[in-house]
Amino acid sequence: MPRRHVDDGDTAMKYMLLIYANEGAFQTLPKAEAERGIAAYRAYTEALTQAGVRVASDRLQPVASATTVRMADGKTNVLNGPYAETREQLGGFYMIDVPDLDAALSWAARCPGASHGTVEVRPIWEM
Amino acid sequence: MSREGDGEARQTAEAAARRSYGKLVAFLAHRTRDVAAAEDALSEAFAAALADWPAGGIPTNPEAWLITVARRKATDAERRQRRGRDAGDHLLLIADELAESTFDPAQIPDHRLAMIFACAHPAIDAGIRAPLILQTVLGFDAAAIGSAFLVAPATMGQRLVRAKAKIREAGVPFRVPEREQMRERIDAVLEAIYATFAEGWSDPAGTEARRRNLADEAIWLGRLVATLLTDQPEALGLLALMLFAEARRAARRPGPGVVGCAADRGGRGGAAPGEPDGRGRPLPAGGGGAVRACGSAAYRLLRLGGDRAAL
Repeated sequence: MPRRHVDDGDTAMKYMLLIYANEGAFQTLPKAEAERGIAAYRAYTEALTQAGVRVASDRLQPVASATTVRMADGKTNVLNGPYAETREQLGGFYMIDVPDLDAALSWAARCPGASHGTVEVRPIWEM
Repeated sequence: MSREGDGEARQTAEAAARRSYGKLVAFLAHRTRDVAAAEDALSEAFAAALADWPAGGIPTNPEAWLITVARRKATDAERRQRRGRDAGDHLLLIADELAESTFDPAQIPDHRLAMIFACAHPAIDAGIRAPLILQTVLGFDAAAIGSAFLVAPATMGQRLVRAKAKIREAGVPFRVPEREQMRERIDAVLEAIYATFAEGWSDPAGTEARRRNLADEAIWLGRLVATLLTDQPEALGLLALMLFAEARRAARRPGPGVVGCAADRGGRGGAAPGEPDGRGRPLPAGGGGAVRACGSAAYRLLRLGGDRAAL
């Protein structure tokens, strides 16, 4: 069960906004368009910060840089590549602190990732 | 007390419980979003009521009685679980909530509409919204809902548990949406109520008590939403449609083996409520001209206030 902070009688929750997009498509964009895309993310990050809801955020290097690790029979199995080959890849994330799912969904809708890909909204299970 | 009087008290107890159930669940769960915990505290209170009321008489203020007992149960449960991990958080919140209130039922804020919107939230699977509303607002158990929707009780129970966990864990708010979101959200609420009505409608002769009952419950819900949401014509339109169709119920099967003509089926000469309109989707509430015509009649009925008192 996710833990909630009880603050002035209201509840607050943390959510991950996971951005899935086709990174190949982004890499083939003309330079000007790619820059516009990056500027959009910068503005979005700034808006989250201004609103005081951004906990953390970052972009991930392309999946080509991914390495997976799994332990089997006491042996470490290291493989080149991402966990799963998919059409759209996890390319970045925002962690936000907002009152409820509706607030998280409205921030997700404003994320540039929602326009060029898909944003998955997942509540944080605080440990 | 005589057997008859006992039955009467039990009936009154059940009626009072049914009227109060949704309001109390919504009151207990609106901040914690933990419907299951609220239901647990309440079900113990209702069990106490059913044991107590037939013998001791109906309290003058059933809601105050129930909420007092629910508070005690919540406090007990909280104490039992305090040593557990963070499970106490919700119960503590419930206990806080109750401590703040004066237990005057007129003062118990009505969060039923907010809870209905949580149940019909886009994050909740569309197929479980109507069953969820039946359970949280009216207190139907999974077996009754399963039999009405032709789903195995165990399966229905699992789906309801999952949906409630989603509300709690994803943080689905108990809130009546703002103006800009109202349009899409109200449709989901009305669709769920209409789906309930349609399940009841599929038994034209009204011989299956549970399904017949479902049509009545849908009308009750429709009336509740139309009364609490006064500025939404679609809500009134849906209520009008259901009342109109229900009034024509007897005309659907004039006699044994006779099927009523199309004109008798809701007066629209087309698909009956709950049937696809040929494009494979249910008819919208305010669709037919006949429905619009009786919408104003339903509005007058509500304005007369008779139905308001019945709520």
